[in-house]
Amino acid sequence: MIKVSNIVKTYNKGSVQAVNDISFEVKRGELFGLIGPDGAGKSSIFRILTTLLLADSGTATVNGFDVVNQFQSIRNCIGYMPGRFSLYQDLTIEENLEFFATVFDTTIEENYDLIRDIYVQIEPFKDRRAGKLSGGMKQKLALCCALIHKPEVLFLDEPTTGVDVVSRREFWEMLKKLKQQGLTIVVSTPYMDEASLCDRIALMQGGHILSIDTPQNIIASYQKTLYAVAAPNMYKVLTAMRSYEQTESCFAFGDCLHLTLKGDSTIDDVSKYITALNFTDVQIQEIVPDIEDCFIKLLKEN
Amino acid sequence: MKKHKYQFSIFNSQLITFIKKEFKHVFRDKKTLLMLFGMPTAQIILFGFALTNEIKDSKVGVLDFSKDIVSRQIIEKIDESNYFNVAEDLKSIKDVDAAFKQNKIRAAVVFPPGFADELLHGGHSQIQLIADASDPNAATSITNYLSNIITEYQSQQTTVAAAPMQIMAEVHMLYNPELKGAPNFVPGVIALVLMLVCTMMSSVSIVKEKELGTMEILLVSPFKPIYIIISKLMPFLIISLFNLAIILVLSVTLLDLEIKGNIFLLFFASMLFIITSLAIGLLISTTAKTQQNAMMISLMGMMLPTMLLTGFMFPIENMPIVLRGLSNIVPSRWFFIIIKNVMLKGLGIASIWKELLILTAMCVGLLTLSIKKFKIRLQE
Amino acid sequence: MEAVIKTEHLTKKFGTFVACSDLTFEVQKGEIFGFLGANGAGKTTAMRMLCGLSLPSSGQATIAGFDVYKQTEQIKKNIGYMSQKFSLYEDLTVAENIRFYAGIYGLSIRDIKDKTAELLDKLGMQAEAKKLVGQLPLGWKQKLAFSVSLAHSPKIVFLDEPTGGVDPVTRRQFWDLIYYAADAGVTVFVTTHYMDEAEYCNRVSIMVDGVIEALDSPKNLKQQYEAKTMEDVFYKLARKAKRAEI
Repeated sequence: MIKVSNIVKTYNKGSVQAVNDISFEVKRGELFGLIGPDGAGKSSIFRILTTLLLADSGTATVNGFDVVNQFQSIRNCIGYMPGRFSLYQDLTIEENLEFFATVFDTTIEENYDLIRDIYVQIEPFKDRRAGKLSGGMKQKLALCCALIHKPEVLFLDEPTTGVDVVSRREFWEMLKKLKQQGLTIVVSTPYMDEASLCDRIALMQGGHILSIDTPQNIIASYQKTLYAVAAPNMYKVLTAMRSYEQTESCFAFGDCLHLTLKGDSTIDDVSKYITALNFTDVQIQEIVPDIEDCFIKLLKEN
Repeated sequence: MKKHKYQFSIFNSQLITFIKKEFKHVFRDKKTLLMLFGMPTAQIILFGFALTNEIKDSKVGVLDFSKDIVSRQIIEKIDESNYFNVAEDLKSIKDVDAAFKQNKIRAAVVFPPGFADELLHGGHSQIQLIADASDPNAATSITNYLSNIITEYQSQQTTVAAAPMQIMAEVHMLYNPELKGAPNFVPGVIALVLMLVCTMMSSVSIVKEKELGTMEILLVSPFKPIYIIISKLMPFLIISLFNLAIILVLSVTLLDLEIKGNIFLLFFASMLFIITSLAIGLLISTTAKTQQNAMMISLMGMMLPTMLLTGFMFPIENMPIVLRGLSNIVPSRWFFIIIKNVMLKGLGIASIWKELLILTAMCVGLLTLSIKKFKIRLQE
Repeated sequence: MEAVIKTEHLTKKFGTFVACSDLTFEVQKGEIFGFLGANGAGKTTAMRMLCGLSLPSSGQATIAGFDVYKQTEQIKKNIGYMSQKFSLYEDLTVAENIRFYAGIYGLSIRDIKDKTAELLDKLGMQAEAKKLVGQLPLGWKQKLAFSVSLAHSPKIVFLDEPTGGVDPVTRRQFWDLIYYAADAGVTVFVTTHYMDEAEYCNRVSIMVDGVIEALDSPKNLKQQYEAKTMEDVFYKLARKAKRAEI
C-alpha cells in the first residue's frame, strides 16, 4: 500500500537532516506506527507521503501512485490529520465537518457509516465552536474530518500528543475499529506505550529508523535479561546501582528501576551488593521488557 | 475509487460552501468586522468632519466704504455660504484691527470707495481680503474660499468677457468651485480602503490557514489549489464592492458630493483595482509565515506607498523625479486618476483608457505571478 | 517537615463556572508532587493561583509562607517556573539566556557569573555556551530551561508538562535533575501526561472536574484503586469526568 525507498529530506539548504535514508513498506489494512520523540523525522515522512513536501532524494508510492508525479491521485484517496488538530476554531463542529465534506466533494450522509461511532460522541455538542472543545473532543472531530471522504489510507500525525489518558485510550479503540473496516492506518506517536497497539512499528530517532518490526518481534530481539528493582527510596538505590561495577544500564521505569547486568552476573550478585550497602526491603525480579526498554537500548547502541 | 467531478464554474457548490465559510470567519470575528465596515465609514466621516469644521461658519468682518449694490450683493453671498457668517459691520481700519485682536473675526473684507462704479465702468476693481495668518493654513483656505465666492459672483454677473478681478487659477478648482475638500479625499479614501481590505485582509486570512494547519488539509484534499485561491479571495472582492458602495453613499448624503460620471465605469475600474490588490495580497501570503508578518508587509509595503505616492495627499507633480518614477508602479496612482476623472469630472472611457490599460496590465501580471507562486505543497 | 505549599478550600470561579473547587492540600519541603488531571480538569487554573498569577475567588493559600492574595511579589521571588511552551529565547545563546534569567531575578553581576559557570558545568554544556538555543536538541533545551528556572535558588519550582515530546533517555536524564533538586531541598510541583512519570513522584494528586479526587503516594493509590499502574488509577478516576473543557 505504501512503499518508501531511500527517502532523504533536509531543511535549511541541507544543514538540518530531518529524514536520513529511510525505507519501509506498509501493507494494505495494516496499522503501522512511527514511534519516536520530537525531531525524529515523523512529521517530515508524513508530509512527504501526503504530497505536501518533496523529498531531496529517494522515491515513495502511496496506493501505487508516485508522491511526486501523481500527487493529485494520492490526494484523492488519503485522509490526513496533521500534528496540530487542524480545525477552524470559529466554526462549529457541524460546520467544520460539513466544510471538509464539501472540500472533499462528498456529504456527511454519504459516508456517515464510517464516522458514526465517533461522531455520535460529539454530536450533542454539534453547535459548539471547535475552539471551545476539550482536547479529546477536538481530536475526535479532527478524526471525523479526516475520514469524511472515506479514504483508503489514513495518516495521523501525533493524534494523541497532549491528550489525557482517557482520551488516548478511546482514540486507540476508534483506530482498532477503523482498521477492522479495512482502512490502512499510519500513525505516529511519542508515547512508547502506544507502540504495542500497532501491527508493526518503526522506532525512530534523529531521522533514522532504529528498528522496524512487529512489537512482539522487537521485544523478542531484546537479548539481555532485564530485572526490575523496587525499593522504598528509589533515588538512593538508583544512584547506588549506577555506581555498581556490574551494572550495564539502570534507569527509573515507572515505580521501579530497570536493570541490566554485564557478562554473567546474576540477581544474587546484585542482592549481595545491595545488602552490603544497608538497603532494606529491596525486591529484584526478572521481567519481560517492553518497547520503551527496547527503544532505550537501541538509543544507547547507536 | 470515486470519481470527482470538477468543472470550472463559479456556481460550483463546493466553491459556494467554501465562500460561505469565509464569510462566517469574517462575521464571527468582531474585530475584523469592525475594521472591514467601520473603517470606510469612519474615514469618510472623520475626513469630512475635519475638513468642514476647519472653516465652517467662520466669522467675517466687513468694512464697506462703498455701500453700493454690488458690495451688498457680495456680502450677501458671503453670508449665505456655509463657510462664513458676516459678524461685524466695521467702520474703520482701526475697527478691523480691534476685531481681529478680540478674536471676533477670522477674516475681513474691505470694499474701497466707489467699488461698483469702478467695476462697472473701469472694468475691474479691487477688494481687500484680510485674514488672521496666525493659523496660516486656515488663513489660506479662508482667503481662497472668499475670493472664490467673489469670482463666482462675478462670473454670474458679467455677461461680456470683461477682465475681472481674477485671483483663482488652479486647475482642480475648476471642478471644485467651492474648494470643498471632499472631492479630493474621497477617491483617496476609496483607494486606501480597497487596498487595505484586499491586500491586508486577504493575505492575513490565507496565512491564518497556514498557521492553523488547515492549509495542509486543504492542499491534501482533491480540491484544486486554484479553487482555494478563488474561495479565499472572493469574499474580499464582495466586501470591497460593498465598501465602495458605502463610501459612495456616504459621500453623496453626508458630504453633498455629486457622482458625475458613469457609475458602472466607476465600479468596473474599481473591480480591476480590487483584483489587482487581491493579487498582491495573495503574493504576500506566499512569502509571509505568520499573520503578523503578513500584516506588517501589507502595511509597510502597500499602505504607505498608497498614501504617499497616489497623489491624494501630496501632488505627484511636485515630487522628486525618483519618487515620481516610483509612483508609476503603484496601482493606486492610476486608479486614483480614473476615479477622479470619472467621479468628479464626469469624464468617459475616452479620457481614461490609458490608465485603465495600465491598471489592466498590472492586474493580469500580478494575478498570473501570484497564482504561479501559490504553493501546492508546503515549503519550509 | 515544613509545608511550603498550603491551601485551604481554594476555589476559583469564572462567572458561574467553578474551575477549581475547594482545593485543600499541603506539599512538604523537598517533595516531588505530581499534579495530574484530565484536559480541562482545572490544573492550569490551580497552578496559576499558586504562582500568584491569578487571584482565587475564595479560600486560603500560602506559598513558601506568603499569602496568595497579598504577597504575590514575594511569591514570585521564591518560585521557579518552567513549561513546555514557555522556554528559552531561541535567538540568544545558552550563556545569554542564563544571564538574562538570573538578571531579571536581581542576582548581582558576580553571582550571575558564578551561576552561569556552575550551571554550564552541571549540565556539561560548556562547549555549547556560545551556541544559539535554537540550535540545541529539544531535550537539551528542556534541561537547560529547568536549570535556568532554578538559577535564583527558589524554594518551589513549578513544572508544566516539562517532558512533552522528549525521547525516553532524555526524559530520564531530566528526572535525574528533578531528583537532584528535590534532594537539595527544592520542592517540585509537576504536571505530566506520561503516567510512568507519575510513579516517580512522592505524592500525586488527581483532579477531575475541578476537584481533587485522589491524593496519596503512587503506591497507596494503586492499592486503594486496585490498579497495577498509575495509568489505570488515572483512567478509573478521569473516566468519570463529565465536564468538557471551558
